[in-house]
Amino acid sequence: MKVLVCISKTPDTTAKISFSNDGKDFQADGVQFILNPYDEWFALVRGLELTESQGGTVTVINVGLADNDTVIRKALAIGAQDAVRINKAPEGAWDVAQQLAAYIKGQSYDLVLLGKETIDYNDSEVGAILAELLDMPFISYANKLDIQGTTATVNREIEGGTEIMEASLPLVISCAQGMAEQRIPNMKGIMTSKSKPLNVVEPISVESPTVLLRHELPPARKSVHLLAPEDTDELVRLLHEEAKVI
Amino acid sequence: MSVIIFAEAVEGKLKKSAFEAVTYGRKVADLMGTACKTVTLGAVENAGELGTYGAQEVYNVNDSALNTFDSQVYAAALADAFTQLGGSILILSHSAIGKSLTGRLSVKLNAGSVSGASGLPDVTTGFVVPKSVYSGKATAFYNITSENKIVSVMGNAIKSEKSGNVVEVKDLSVAVAQPKVKVIERKTVSGVVPLPEASLVVSAGRGMKEPSNWGIIEELAAQLGATTACSRPVSDSGWRPHHEHVGQTGIAIRPNLYIAIGISGAIQHLAGVNNSRVIVVINKDPEAPFFKAADYGIVGDLFEVVPRLIESVKKFKSSH
Repeated sequence: MKVLVCISKTPDTTAKISFSNDGKDFQADGVQFILNPYDEWFALVRGLELTESQGGTVTVINVGLADNDTVIRKALAIGAQDAVRINKAPEGAWDVAQQLAAYIKGQSYDLVLLGKETIDYNDSEVGAILAELLDMPFISYANKLDIQGTTATVNREIEGGTEIMEASLPLVISCAQGMAEQRIPNMKGIMTSKSKPLNVVEPISVESPTVLLRHELPPARKSVHLLAPEDTDELVRLLHEEAKVI
Repeated sequence: MSVIIFAEAVEGKLKKSAFEAVTYGRKVADLMGTACKTVTLGAVENAGELGTYGAQEVYNVNDSALNTFDSQVYAAALADAFTQLGGSILILSHSAIGKSLTGRLSVKLNAGSVSGASGLPDVTTGFVVPKSVYSGKATAFYNITSENKIVSVMGNAIKSEKSGNVVEVKDLSVAVAQPKVKVIERKTVSGVVPLPEASLVVSAGRGMKEPSNWGIIEELAAQLGATTACSRPVSDSGWRPHHEHVGQTGIAIRPNLYIAIGISGAIQHLAGVNNSRVIVVINKDPEAPFFKAADYGIVGDLFEVVPRLIESVKKFKSSH
């Protein structure tokens, strides 16, 4: 089985978010970047588990410039066999999905896995665009995936429950919590990751129909209105009359 | 040049997010000075009710292949409906279904999209849609420059509003393919509003000490008509089911009211709830970081405060 895992680089969960004065650009100075947790913990690890038990390979693919190689090497250290980097700064979900599709069309992957969303732009769009461009079925927010032969059984999160689905490979699947457990790379993994192949391919030209104009930070929250432990009647009154939520 | 809204139903019943999507779409149609038409797929009860939220026309594609969800089949049917009805703007819910469709439809309709809009577009200088990014730590503004446009609306981003009357549902015939993804089983919690759609949420964390103490949380939620949630350590240790876990790795929610009980407020938890309109924190530790993100707070022992709060809610209900 040939598995492709799409990975992104995102600011660390705890990073302080700030933008240039015109709101256009994310200020990366002093920000720690990581592998997008959903790609790493759920998509990559489940891909590895499946190929370890059934045979096959896991390739990771990323759209980014050379400074992304650190997070790509981390994915190799966790266990992917090889990596592909499409050499351009990513410009949103449309661009990333088009770049990925252009590469994947010439290949023959049985399974394309990715995280349910990236923790920076939270779009959840790349998987669906990619699946459409590849004319493959797409299952989003999967929290369980088993493969038997060429049939996948997938549980996915829906509002207030779970849906259990069956489909034939090839498939695009976005992965959520429950799919797998985080793996910490061991020393051997880290050592071998340095010599694993990382192929750099050139991007295609893509024009996005959606333009990110600017960002705004939310207004600072008013400081908390503290009440005494006895004042629950007053809390209910405030929620009704002041906050108007009950 | 109409606004087309896809109104979602689950097991034949319209979802809360469907009414929000119709309200959003009707407001966009008003801004653009154009008509607003709504499409439902599969067997849907009372679809005409969408008219009371402002849908001028309501269509239904009645084909049993649409009774379960497959993104390819749904996307093809909606793209066909959009074209037949003369659509230029498509509105969907940013739900489990919507998230699988927006990307597919942006390819099919050659349309720019914003998924998870947090408010209405500004149409004075283009079509500029706000959306919450960085797990609620910022808002981004996107201009959709293509002729066709798609917006999926975040749950609770807009309050559904009545406007108009029940309309007659018209049949619409579109090409429906056989699904490649087969739904074998659905397991849903019945009787409660699903967490992503809930407008009131009561959530508890490790401060509860043990799972057998959850009675007061469930009672408070029942009194308020709220949905229960929990923090990650609680679901990780199996005290509560995983689908209740809100936060960075669980689900992100934006209810009108989020009551956090015995949750310290780690940044990963806040990332999933900081878009809530009003946050109440009950914690015995005055240094709990959650108080910095809260609107109202009580520093105190939850085992005393929560039962008292239940009584206050009962009293409030009997006098209103």
